Amino acid sequence: MNLTGSLNLNLHKTLSSFQDSVDWAQLRHVSEKTTYRTVRDEKPDRNHISFDHGIMVEVLVNGHFGYAGTSDLSDSGVKRAFSKAVAMAKQASSFKVHDFSVLQRPMAKGHYHSPVTRPMDSISAKEISDIFVDATRAMKVSDKIVSRSATAMIVETEFFSVSTSGSDVHQKFSIVSTDFSATAGANGDTQTRSDSGGLARCLQVGAEVFDRASILERSKKLAEESVELLSAENCPETAMNLLIAPDQMTLQVHESIGHPLEYDRILGDERNYAGWSFVKPDDFGKLRYGSNLMNVTFDPTIPDALASYAFDDSGNPAKKEFLIKDGLLVRGLGGLESQARLDLPGVANTRSSSWNRAPIDRMANINLEPGTSKLSEMIASTERGVFMMANKSWSIDDYRNKFQFGCEYAKLIENGKLTKTLKNPNYRGTTVNFWNSLKAVSENRETYGSPYCGKGEPNQVIRVGHTTPYCLFSNIEVFGA
Amino acid sequence: MNFTESTKKAFNAVADHLLQSLQTGEEANLNLHAEDTTFIRFNNNKVRQNTHVEQRSLGLLLQKNGKTANLSFSITGQVEEDKKRADHWLAEARKECDLLPEDPYQVALQNNGTSDSTITGHLLSEGELFKAITEPAQGSDLAGLYCAGALISANKNSKGQSHWFANESFFMDYSLYLGEKAVKGVYAGTAWNQADFAANLAQSKNQLALMDRPKKTLPPGAYRAYLAPGAVAELASMFYWGALSFNGYKQGTSAFMKLADKEKTLSPLFSMQENYKMGLIHQFNSLGELSPETLPLVSEGKLANFLISTRSAKEYSVTGNAADSSEAPRSLEILPGTLQKADILKELGTGLYLSNLHYLNWSDRMNARITGMTRYACFWVENGEIVAPIADMRFDESLFDCLGQNLVAVTDFQEVDPQVSTYESRSFGGKKIPGMLIKDFKFTL
Repeated sequence: MNLTGSLNLNLHKTLSSFQDSVDWAQLRHVSEKTTYRTVRDEKPDRNHISFDHGIMVEVLVNGHFGYAGTSDLSDSGVKRAFSKAVAMAKQASSFKVHDFSVLQRPMAKGHYHSPVTRPMDSISAKEISDIFVDATRAMKVSDKIVSRSATAMIVETEFFSVSTSGSDVHQKFSIVSTDFSATAGANGDTQTRSDSGGLARCLQVGAEVFDRASILERSKKLAEESVELLSAENCPETAMNLLIAPDQMTLQVHESIGHPLEYDRILGDERNYAGWSFVKPDDFGKLRYGSNLMNVTFDPTIPDALASYAFDDSGNPAKKEFLIKDGLLVRGLGGLESQARLDLPGVANTRSSSWNRAPIDRMANINLEPGTSKLSEMIASTERGVFMMANKSWSIDDYRNKFQFGCEYAKLIENGKLTKTLKNPNYRGTTVNFWNSLKAVSENRETYGSPYCGKGEPNQVIRVGHTTPYCLFSNIEVFGA
Repeated sequence: MNFTESTKKAFNAVADHLLQSLQTGEEANLNLHAEDTTFIRFNNNKVRQNTHVEQRSLGLLLQKNGKTANLSFSITGQVEEDKKRADHWLAEARKECDLLPEDPYQVALQNNGTSDSTITGHLLSEGELFKAITEPAQGSDLAGLYCAGALISANKNSKGQSHWFANESFFMDYSLYLGEKAVKGVYAGTAWNQADFAANLAQSKNQLALMDRPKKTLPPGAYRAYLAPGAVAELASMFYWGALSFNGYKQGTSAFMKLADKEKTLSPLFSMQENYKMGLIHQFNSLGELSPETLPLVSEGKLANFLISTRSAKEYSVTGNAADSSEAPRSLEILPGTLQKADILKELGTGLYLSNLHYLNWSDRMNARITGMTRYACFWVENGEIVAPIADMRFDESLFDCLGQNLVAVTDFQEVDPQVSTYESRSFGGKKIPGMLIKDFKFTL
């Protein structure tokens, strides 16, 4: 069975039989194969393949969009879904939150493929398993290591969508997320080091990511660091300079910039679940979000980033936009529906997790643009501070204001040099104060992301990417365990 | 035939076909998850989005020559098409078994018996549901999700085991707002009763009226606090993050390692258990094993049992207790105490009344330390009287303190916190939780 399934669906023909009875309709067909491979302590732990396949019928009736998804791809199944979508949209239109139109569903034609050097079908389950067995073996650096694991999540997705306004889009994604982690334990303490924090190492790539030498080298190093942490001092509890690596900046950008700028949060759609935002519609063009070193973009064009694509689910073409320019908030993260409701410009981020969910505003790739500093200069310029790496704990309030984040690994900076290793490093603050304390941004960047950003009612997990530099902040509250 | 009936017929046919297709030396375990659900999302007491989802997924675990393949795939409910898909994925599973190394902790499949339960509900029709929800909420700023329909979980294996659990159920998970102040409500069950829903909303409106006073901003520090069942349910959600997993304990990631090793204890007032008698979820797990009706987890402050899957039991040569592979609770109950509802404010005296908490995470897992935020109707109380709603506060607190020496009292009543998770698909389940009075609950921001 290929990714499109065993049924020969003719989306155009099916759509043409629907179009006379509604103001607008779209069929969005999604097939997704997700493969998990986990080796723990040199033994197979989790090998799971899931194949999800279905179709979403979306209609516009009386100024209201209605949705019905089904895994029954027979003619009768899709027709039943269409009837459901129309009937419910009609019923709900008397209670609708906004009077939408086909302007929120532009015509889109085109295709997108992830940039893959080596196709996933060129590597077998056995080859991945063998590399992972060796990776967990490489983590056996001490008798203090109590657990070693190697994980890959491989996702191959195809979207086809056609609409009565003439849209015809095909997008094909190849995504690999990996993690290698070791836990060391002694004297009632355990410390875990992973390969940049959970599955933060996630990209649109192919089998080229399974580079044996690089994986073994990284695995050994993180295992050594987990043992090193056992005898490290706790992070001090004080306010000081904080240098953050890209694998933690990813989380900082995600939680304190991405989510608060999502228009559906600002509009209150998300209040009952994840919360809303401290940002108000009037803040765009006025709010000084951070220091003038802060430049943030929505950029779905970075080739290997996790949330790169050509069109969002409304058919809006995706392009790079500045959200924060020289510290000033200039644009938010809302698709065409939210833009119409707020009368503000937005971006192409109307996205759904799959065929069984309606699209909502999603952050996609949110990136911090590079600065001009070298990392070595940032360290050398710091008399006393902490350098934190790899996220392990995250929490931020309803309004995306008061946050507290924890990292796996840290180094003390003393007199311009990295000195002692510190364990249990945490920091906390409030969003705008924090970003206004940004005092240096590195010239080089790294790309990470998360395959598990949760949002929405009904709930949806979606993929987000973040490309960020190293950043230095002044006078931040840090603490240990 | 309705969705549940037609899905049962199709599942039986496809499962039998697949199990009959097994070759000598092969064993298989099958799981069905299916739903026919209406989701209505509200904002400002208006409809933001309405979505209907009909989906069926079949899980296949194949054992062959000491190897294990695990797959799941969408099915359509059309028997002939689904047989074709089953054939395809069975062939893929065989390929997996050929490629993968031997699985030393493979669990031999058994016949764990048969069960068959279908609960027919009384749900709102599409024609009536929009009015039924928005009319009693008129004049309120209501945001939330109504979710209703048929939900099915079923299991069969090649040893003759067969389990079926289906119900028609709903929940209305909502918040009411007064500017930035909010209260939370949930109405759930299998039979919608308009008067009960209106009463639930009226109670939320009354609570919201209490918040029509200026917010009090409190400095960080340690406060005496009453955590209502909704807030305790959020704290308890952290037990799902590996704390009670035996595998987590052996791999050094359980937050209850120090409790298990008797370096720490919790309060004698604190006890919790798995309790399938609540009827919120089926008793069989994904291997079709039946969990004990009740299983003590913490008894009077001491760890009684970790959750142990049969796979972990084999790996570590211990006795399992039919936990699912995640080794997280599936039907959690925190046992009640003696604090009566009428005495809560009096016993709190001066401190914080917290209805709910939000966005919890471990800040120091080995010391069971958790950070998170206050949320919804949270009040400052002086001398047993509610004085004002509070500005949101961040806490950072160890369970060994707040459920240990600082736990003052547990209420004599519990509330059901229904499972409202809808990631990928609807979930069964819920928790039964009391309120708790805690001294020196630590706030940091």
